[in-house]
Amino acid sequence: MTQAADTTAEVRPARTSARRRGAGRAGAVLAPYLQAAPMALVFLVFFVLPLAATIVVSFWQYTQYSIEPAFTAQNYGDVFYGCLADLPSLCTTFLTYLSTLKFCLIVWLTTLVIGFTIAYFLAFHVRTLKVQVICFLLCTIPFWTSIVIRMISWIPLLGRNGLVNQALMGMGVIDTPLEGLLYSDFAVILALTHLYTLFMVVPIFNSLMRIDLSLIEAARDSGASGAQTLRHVIVPLARPGILIGSIFVVTVVMGDFLTIGIMGGQQIASVGKVIQTQMQFLQFPLAAANAVILLAAVLAGVWALLKLVDIRKEL
Amino acid sequence: MSEAQTVELAAVTKRYGDALAVDAISLKIPAGKYCCLLGPSGCGKSSTLRMIAGHEDVTDGDIMIGPRVVNDDPPAARGTAMMFQNYALFPHLSVAENVAFSLRMKGVAKEERRERAAHTLELVSMTEFADRTPQQLSGGQQQRVALARALMTDPSVLLLDEPLSALDPFLRVRMRSELRRIQAELGITFIHVTHSQEEAMALADLVVVMNDGQAAPPREIYNAPRTPFVARFIGGHNILEDEGRTITLRADDLSILPDARAAEARRRARVSEIEYRGPDVRVGLETDAGESLTAVMGERTFFESPLREGSEVALGWQPEAAHELSRDG
Repeated sequence: MTQAADTTAEVRPARTSARRRGAGRAGAVLAPYLQAAPMALVFLVFFVLPLAATIVVSFWQYTQYSIEPAFTAQNYGDVFYGCLADLPSLCTTFLTYLSTLKFCLIVWLTTLVIGFTIAYFLAFHVRTLKVQVICFLLCTIPFWTSIVIRMISWIPLLGRNGLVNQALMGMGVIDTPLEGLLYSDFAVILALTHLYTLFMVVPIFNSLMRIDLSLIEAARDSGASGAQTLRHVIVPLARPGILIGSIFVVTVVMGDFLTIGIMGGQQIASVGKVIQTQMQFLQFPLAAANAVILLAAVLAGVWALLKLVDIRKEL
Repeated sequence: MSEAQTVELAAVTKRYGDALAVDAISLKIPAGKYCCLLGPSGCGKSSTLRMIAGHEDVTDGDIMIGPRVVNDDPPAARGTAMMFQNYALFPHLSVAENVAFSLRMKGVAKEERRERAAHTLELVSMTEFADRTPQQLSGGQQQRVALARALMTDPSVLLLDEPLSALDPFLRVRMRSELRRIQAELGITFIHVTHSQEEAMALADLVVVMNDGQAAPPREIYNAPRTPFVARFIGGHNILEDEGRTITLRADDLSILPDARAAEARRRARVSEIEYRGPDVRVGLETDAGESLTAVMGERTFFESPLREGSEVALGWQPEAAHELSRDG
């Protein structure tokens, strides 16, 4: 009997503590979800829902004055109207995508080269954190004003009678002002590079800062030249940063219409510009279809980028 | 493998701004010897090693490897190879690729690279791990890979920066004999930086106590330390004033006299501490004059007439056991 009493006495506190632990566990399971909830909610309401709506609307019919919720793939057909028939010459849609892609590639290259160089300088040549912070603030200066002001401020510099032309003429390098400085591909690439290099600098800098300096010494010890150390040690270890920066730049440039519009003097086509124009004409389903195609193209690009980097890793 | 080379430092000095890290050290390490640079942390031993390796500029003085002054040579041109304290393995490369890195930099063809890397991995018994990445290895294994990578450059001098400090004590003892074996097998000069006198004494042909500059074989350092600093740092020594001289006395040469011989006592002391250490027992003593001394005696000897903390004892030593120190540090 006493033995039995003893066991129950022992068991009881164990059971209560188990119950308490159970309650604690339920809380522990819920807590991370609750912590993630606000962000998830914002995403759901302001990102997932509009995106879903866009996809749905892209299949609706429209006339000049109305939009009708009826299923049709006509919009997608319209986007690519004549594209197959016209081959091998390219239709407007293909040309627009090609042009956008061209900017995307060039800007990706320029931001990558400039961004990597700046990040390398900041990570390996600037010794104190204080100076690093100051340099970073300098890099963010383009973000201190609105995008439109940033664009407009290029005009007095690059315009027909702008600073650059006057300086070149003053030095006697040219006789007549250069026309291609403003409202040209060059101006678009310059502005986009100026705007988005920081998106490369930050993630690459972050990757570079994680590189143990003794790895660089080890490479030198193994007889690697500076260029070899860069190619075989630093760039491979900066890969995650390069990848993140590339995704930022590629997605932002693919959807850009403002910069290409202003710096191209509204003369250069881009996918974003096409969508904007269609929205002005209230052709929402058509614009939505275009947006969905753009989204698919960008996602394919990002996917290809991930593949490219993975393949590099294997080599 | 390359031929072993002598390493000679002539008044080598390193300054970081105003801070003096290495103060005019002069040293000659004969070819093919295992040399340990021993000293407390912050004594400049790592800086010295890094200057020999070429990863740190020499502020003043000359470094000679073999017949050449190498002050301005890049690391790879010196015939040295360095094994880093944290191993510094490339995380994005496999073990075999890490080991073959220097060959790849030289433009050696892939087949030959693999073959030679495999051969070196065999020397450190890491063949089966060739395709792993460094993160998948234990500390001891990473160290073997680091050693293999350093040996791939065919160095005539191998530089090791605290190579055993990140390992657990058991592994440390094993790697110690492994390092000794590899050094004997290759016959090249090893320079090994450590703060552990035990490690230095176990490994080295030549121990250099930094800060003081005494360079001698381990037995000589242990039996005839030149200054109180060396005696204190090497451990197991009593430093005391005797007849106007500063002498040092090995802890196992200080004997606790039985009552019958108490008349021969040179000191009287009280037992302040008894530490049982397995093969021997360490007895902490406090003399009447306030000196702290240590006696170490065999376990069996101690328990023939055990002492207790607080007991009063007579201390004595053979006159030839006392070693006179030069008075500095």
